[in-house]
Amino acid sequence: MTIKGKAYIAGIYEHPTRHAPDKSTAQLHAEVAKGAIEDAGISKDDVDGYFCAGDAPGGAWPMVDYLGLNTKKLRHVDSTETGGCSYIIHLGHAAEAIAAGKCSIALITLAGKPRTGAMPPRAAGAEADFESAYGATTHNAYGMCAMRHMHDYGTTSEQLAWIKVAASHHAQYNPHAMLKDVVTVEDVLNSPMISDPLHRMDCCVVSDGGGALIVTTPEIAKSLKKPLVRLIGHGEAMKGPRGGKDLDLTYSAGIWSGPRAFEEAGITPKDIKYASIYDSFTITVLMQLEDLGFCRKGEGGKFVADGNLISGVGKLPFNTDGGGLCSNHPVNRGGMTKILEAVRQLRGEAHPKVQVKNCDLAIAHGTGGLLGVRHAASTAILERV
Amino acid sequence: MSEAKKYPAPVTNPETAAFWDAASRGKFMIKRCTTCGEAHYFPRAICPFCYSDKTVWEESSGEGTIYTYSLMRKSPTGPYAIGYVTLKEGPSLQTNFVDCDLTTLKIGQKVKVVFKPTDGAPLPFFTPV
Repeated sequence: MTIKGKAYIAGIYEHPTRHAPDKSTAQLHAEVAKGAIEDAGISKDDVDGYFCAGDAPGGAWPMVDYLGLNTKKLRHVDSTETGGCSYIIHLGHAAEAIAAGKCSIALITLAGKPRTGAMPPRAAGAEADFESAYGATTHNAYGMCAMRHMHDYGTTSEQLAWIKVAASHHAQYNPHAMLKDVVTVEDVLNSPMISDPLHRMDCCVVSDGGGALIVTTPEIAKSLKKPLVRLIGHGEAMKGPRGGKDLDLTYSAGIWSGPRAFEEAGITPKDIKYASIYDSFTITVLMQLEDLGFCRKGEGGKFVADGNLISGVGKLPFNTDGGGLCSNHPVNRGGMTKILEAVRQLRGEAHPKVQVKNCDLAIAHGTGGLLGVRHAASTAILERV
Repeated sequence: MSEAKKYPAPVTNPETAAFWDAASRGKFMIKRCTTCGEAHYFPRAICPFCYSDKTVWEESSGEGTIYTYSLMRKSPTGPYAIGYVTLKEGPSLQTNFVDCDLTTLKIGQKVKVVFKPTDGAPLPFFTPV
């Protein structure tokens, strides 16, 4: 049993807003749902599967009601919550549901406003008494990974900076990007230290916004007007300190989700023409590239240096929308926008300055939670048919 | 700054109460499984490695080395250093480094446990030896 080729992404929408103090979170979900439904050329009443995560106000049933989905038709819901990679996991789950005949047109939404106001805290896990007082935040949890990666493999701040430099080269062409200025390695190194060894420019932006996907059967996708993009491989995984045994913060759960997705797709990292890699921080990208097999463990620093991630310049164009580092990071969750730019690349709808030629195979990969503490990862491999 | 910080009292529960009772007496406890022999942290009733329920409390030496750390330069309560310590007994755990110059921390540095008061049981932290 495989989901290879069983589901197509027929509709996409990314909210152009980066700051939405005058809108409600539910409204943003509705706006991205409408956008993806219109992009696909279907009606909201055709939707029979709905997927959302922790950012959806109240969860699935208030959202289904608020969005006015057709409850006589809706027959599959999934509110899997794995932080920023939730939507990549939803894509795989939607494909599974479609392959099993449990739904035929799935809607996945993400939206929220962390730039307008603070997000509610996560619910406490069993570890709370033993960890919450120590103040783990995204910055320092990823900082701890970067510090150990540098120690074990000699990775440098200059190498990490190249990731931000590449993202900024792409963001200059995205009219909606929060940060459109091209930056240099020196700019990154001269930006203030936030949590050692990560500088401010090693960190992604905080933005309001959202995005949505329509996932459907091959038959329905072929009856619509958009270029055909299908899911051919998917993986998901989780990692944590596991009782403190053999702690190793230099790799992520991507080391398991990646090979699962590549095996299902029947391709290797060498075949990938474009990569959307969640860039909550520069170190996130570097570790994911290693874990997914684009280079060997410990060689990520060399791989990302000298513009190797810049479209038209390097070997692996990444995050051609500017990514979380420069464009947006709706709800502090980068998984959705990773899928959206991968689909644009496969459709040939990326900005001409960053569009990858003959882009027929792309990867969208993300993590969720805190890389240095507990996290999930999900990998999707997409093909233009 | 970290000295002035007020830390939250542990909520505690039946599974972990013995840890906090021992902490109140200045003892730093870990759990060890008598079936597979592995020690783990934070403490669980069921061994996370072999799923045996034969886990027992063991006093840790409280000594270890810094596995990694990150110095958070700004926060509402001032700078602080979060990190992981690998205990002599094996398990690694998340903590803050205290009572030292936070800018001189190094991976591999030897550290030992110190307890800081809360309104309830004291919390374990680590400081360079």
